[in-house]
Amino acid sequence: MASLKDLKLRINSVKSTQKITKAMKMVAASKLRRAQEAAEAARPYAASMEQVLASLSAGITLTEDMPKLLTGTGKDDVHLLVVATAERGLCGGFNSSIVRLARQRIQALIAEGKTVKILCVGRKGRDALRRDYAKLIIETIEVTGGIRKQGFPIAGRIADRLFALYEAGEFDVATVFYAQFKSAIAQIPTAQQIIPAALPEGDAGGPDLKGAIFTFEPGEEELLEALLPRNVAVQIYRALLENAASEEGSRMSAMDNATRNAGDMINRLTLTYNRTRQAAITKELIEIISGAEAL
Amino acid sequence: MADKVHFELVSPERRLFSADVEMVVVPGSEGDFAVLPDHAPFVALLRAGVVEVHDAGKTSARLFVRGGFAQVTPAGLTVLAEEAIDLAVATKDVLAARLADAEANLAAAADDAQRILAESQVTAFRQVLEAA
Repeated sequence: MASLKDLKLRINSVKSTQKITKAMKMVAASKLRRAQEAAEAARPYAASMEQVLASLSAGITLTEDMPKLLTGTGKDDVHLLVVATAERGLCGGFNSSIVRLARQRIQALIAEGKTVKILCVGRKGRDALRRDYAKLIIETIEVTGGIRKQGFPIAGRIADRLFALYEAGEFDVATVFYAQFKSAIAQIPTAQQIIPAALPEGDAGGPDLKGAIFTFEPGEEELLEALLPRNVAVQIYRALLENAASEEGSRMSAMDNATRNAGDMINRLTLTYNRTRQAAITKELIEIISGAEAL
Repeated sequence: MADKVHFELVSPERRLFSADVEMVVVPGSEGDFAVLPDHAPFVALLRAGVVEVHDAGKTSARLFVRGGFAQVTPAGLTVLAEEAIDLAVATKDVLAARLADAEANLAAAADDAQRILAESQVTAFRQVLEAA
């Protein structure tokens, strides 16, 4: 049986833990709002980009001398997985669900006899994948200070790195793993192929082009050459923003749970504390009474 | 018929401009072009320069873009800028800092393509700074 003093100490320590988780929850809630706004603000650009690509691809046929980013290398032997995770932990199942999806993909690819390479964006994913696939990780890019602070340039840097590897023939297919933000309590781990580019269908939403025939300046190929790398960077940027919102959402619900659990624990401990205290008082009374009776 | 053209300017970070205006002058890679209502469908590469928005008979907004794309559809004009600065808001200091960045890029350029790109940006920033 724990003494009264031990119980008191334990209650106090749980209380201070609760304070921390509560504060973290509130910080996450306010960050979530901003991250969500950023993710939503980036959507018009990505959507317009898709429209431009759609109008370009509508009037174009794939040929051998097209940019490799569009047509691919003609093989799919070497897969590069870009695993985007958080820099920090304590955000519920956020990191592990992305890593789990990536891990499933790695196992499936290895079972098919493909070569797998991993590029980690964010420390947590690297830490988790290093246990089993340390040899496959070719590089880790850390997003210090969060994507909102780094802005678009970091996505550009990651994209440049991918192009350099692609040009060097280091991989044939690149897929990015991230968590799509649905709501504060639901984030969907997603895998999206970014190289070679998956062209949107000609009629994939957007305003009705009314069968418009576009004029291109300078030319379709020059435009594609400029647009495709840009598109990869935009997709990465979008993935990172979605990830940032998901991370905060996940952290918020995790910390909310933790705060509630701490509350339950405090209640239980307080009950035990009071019982023990009452038992001690009863014991003292019995001692006094039996002492008086003995006289 | 519509006497206004719908113009949207978006950068990766956010949507900067969205309104119906009379005319927009866009710095295309092969020369400036103006977009009036009922422009033919058109996709163009942009160079670094200033997008001028004309409305109600005068220039209502000037926005600096650092390259990107423009798309004209029957629904209007969309400019996808790599980076955009509203010149009504930006101060000289901001522009000077960006010019310094661009010059550093030019110095660090590894091949011709990068050098040409960086050079055009430096020139564009200089012009804007002088005009400011």
